[in-house]
Amino acid sequence: MANDKIMKITVTRYRPEQDAEPFQQTFDVPYHNETSVLEALFYIKDHFEPSLSFRWSCRMAVCGSCGMMVNGVPHLACKTFLRDYEGKAMTIAPLENFPIERDLVVDISDLIEKIERIKPYIIPAAKDKNMPLTKEYRQTPQQMEAYRQFAQCINCGCCYAACPQYKINKDYIGPAALTLLYRYDIDNRDAGSAIRDEFLSSENGVWGCTFVGYCSEVCPKHVDPASAIQLGKVKSATNYVIKMFKPE
Amino acid sequence: MEKIQTDVAIVGAGGTGLRAAIAVAQTNPSLRIALISKVYPMRSHTVAAEGGAAGVIRDDDSLQKHFEDTVAGGDWLCEQDVVEYFVRHTTEELFQLEHWGCPWSRKPDGTVNVRRFGGMKVPRTWFAADKSGFHMLHTLYQTSVQFPSIRRFDEHFVLDLLVTDGECRGVVCYDLQNGVFRQINAKAVVLATGGAGRAYAFNTDGGIVTGDGIALAYRHGVRIRDMEFVQYHPTGLLGCGILMTEGCRGEGGVLYNKDHYRYLQDYGLGPETPVGHPKNKYMELGPRDRVSQAFWNESKKGRTIKYPLGEAVHLDLTHLGEKYLHERLPLICELAQTYSGVDPVKQPVPVRPVVHYTMGGIETDGRTETKMPGLLAGGECASVGIHGANRLGSNSLVETIVFGKTAGVSAAERAMSIKKDYDNAELTRQAEAAEKRALALFDVQGDESMSKIRTDMGESMEKGVGIYREETTMLETIEVLKQCKQRLKKVALTDRGRVFNTEWMNLIELGYTLDVAECMVHSAINRKESRGSHQRLDGPNGAYKERDDKKFLKHTIAVYNQETGLPDISLSDVKITTFKPAKRVYGAEAEAAEAARKAKEAK
Repeated sequence: MANDKIMKITVTRYRPEQDAEPFQQTFDVPYHNETSVLEALFYIKDHFEPSLSFRWSCRMAVCGSCGMMVNGVPHLACKTFLRDYEGKAMTIAPLENFPIERDLVVDISDLIEKIERIKPYIIPAAKDKNMPLTKEYRQTPQQMEAYRQFAQCINCGCCYAACPQYKINKDYIGPAALTLLYRYDIDNRDAGSAIRDEFLSSENGVWGCTFVGYCSEVCPKHVDPASAIQLGKVKSATNYVIKMFKPE
Repeated sequence: MEKIQTDVAIVGAGGTGLRAAIAVAQTNPSLRIALISKVYPMRSHTVAAEGGAAGVIRDDDSLQKHFEDTVAGGDWLCEQDVVEYFVRHTTEELFQLEHWGCPWSRKPDGTVNVRRFGGMKVPRTWFAADKSGFHMLHTLYQTSVQFPSIRRFDEHFVLDLLVTDGECRGVVCYDLQNGVFRQINAKAVVLATGGAGRAYAFNTDGGIVTGDGIALAYRHGVRIRDMEFVQYHPTGLLGCGILMTEGCRGEGGVLYNKDHYRYLQDYGLGPETPVGHPKNKYMELGPRDRVSQAFWNESKKGRTIKYPLGEAVHLDLTHLGEKYLHERLPLICELAQTYSGVDPVKQPVPVRPVVHYTMGGIETDGRTETKMPGLLAGGECASVGIHGANRLGSNSLVETIVFGKTAGVSAAERAMSIKKDYDNAELTRQAEAAEKRALALFDVQGDESMSKIRTDMGESMEKGVGIYREETTMLETIEVLKQCKQRLKKVALTDRGRVFNTEWMNLIELGYTLDVAECMVHSAINRKESRGSHQRLDGPNGAYKERDDKKFLKHTIAVYNQETGLPDISLSDVKITTFKPAKRVYGAEAEAAEAARKAKEAK
């Protein structure tokens, strides 16, 4: 690695058992054209600070483990490259808006709880409940296209770190979970929209969003949660009208 | 230590573990399930599978054809009764996932579409664009949350199995988030921890694929089968090894050497098929072992392409056009652009073979039960017997759900047959002993580097048990691994914390991987023939270069020897029901062989 360039990288450290509060540590990391932020962290762990903790696994931007703040912006470490920061210093910090567990590891249990709360599964219509395992639901490519993009979320949490609403109100269901809710609502195999409406239309549902759109800007998989939430507002309004005319 | 009583403990929450958990919950909602994983379920490496899952659906296809492709693809080292069961249950499991919301790609009429895959006679690979594993895993995870009996232990790392009276009765694990140990007593334990690709330096696998479950079982004397069969996927991105799915070739992608020549025609896969007209079991749709071996031979002939990051061949998709590529292979386009700076719409992608899959694993019967009562295994960590000496692409994703379900049902039945919870002083003593051993690692003094040991292991495995193998280099690898294990005992931890101490966890993981690596190389050196992914160059007058059914139409069994600390190797019979071993052929040769067989049958 003789021709490698060097970048100064400042990393947030926090060890709950010994540090009263987070602090910063700076390292000189050699890099080449292909070096990702994740590989820079490997280098730091292997050569300077074996005690540095961070989550990672797939290295190919699909497992969602390595969301973190790079120069103040939520990114996947494995899909962010040092070459794009050439001539600048780099700071790496844990995802914002989540409690820090240790170093770059945050506590995402709130995100997980919200994803699981909104009933993210097919709730079949009564007629489909006993569909035999010898055939599929008919779903045309156009019907799939309606939700396809919203089914690409990897649960990395970057959108929650970007969301100004979640920052001030932790009860807000938030971008990823609302997108997932909408994804199932508009899947033609699903009949659970009325059941999920309690989450969709609640004050912490789609109406909690102030449409800043930063979630979509930072989403590493181009899921566009802001768009799902805006469409969710239309859905919520429609549900409301339907409920007016069709009381239970 | 906190103690939890459960009915079924499942270790691993990828495709197999989640499917097993759902099966237990559906078999009997009153059964308590502990689903334990060292990561959140959606981080499991199932997520990275791209191409798809095989299940017979077309009118011109049949279970018999899937069976024959699988057994021949495995070079006749498959358990044929298990393969029969497998092919019978694939399609219903794929429909089940469809009903749960998996977005399988469709035909214009709204029915499920299938694509071509290597070594498969008829297109039968269900796919969700090129994110099939991702969609399967998220569908299973999201579906699983509606079952209240599934209690998840996310980010819990398993340290040992609890075994009394020769039966597996629980596990002891470590809660990374809170830094505490937990003892989980169970009536049945299902291992679903995935493969061990991280034993090799260059692999497609996530950092978590360290062979944990295989090592846990192995250390308790459970039989580990066919570990010499390690799959090299022919098309990994140069440098990082990220997978370019076989679906690329299924959709019509072709491979060129430095002379822009489709070299696969020189390796029994021809004749050349026209570009843009892929033909099943020809050329680029040959099986993975053959295609990877062809690369090795091209390299020897000096016909690969030299890049700063190493030698490669070109995977050319440009003729497929932007619209089709973005529809069928969107992730491939994204990955090639991000990690290689290549746009597959415009340029060929430099690729080379890369370690991808562990064909062997914990020996089980067709119901996923090991020979240790109470211990079951499924998915990549298991050897249920469907892959033989070479797995066909798209058989493993569907294996996760077929045998995940089977494992769940088997475990549930066992749990229901045992009335009382297991809990006694001996189980507690074992759990405490495991805790003590784990904590003792903090007291180690020494100056060995964990990352150096990992690198030495990975490089030595590539060299000794790579695509082609010889005794001399395998002996070197055996020696390197032995030293690595000694050196591992002299790694001093700098991280003294308990919460999310990844240095400490990685050290234990590396110990697991080293044990699995030893199983691989000792199994390989004993197999003095060439079969599937295990190809040898040596033997008297090169005798090991050929398949030797007389001696080696057998499984390899590795059993841990407490005294030597090494595996004892033996052979066991292969179950052959209807499909007698024959020469394994592809391309035009296969068609000729089949015509001859049909003519003979007609007589």
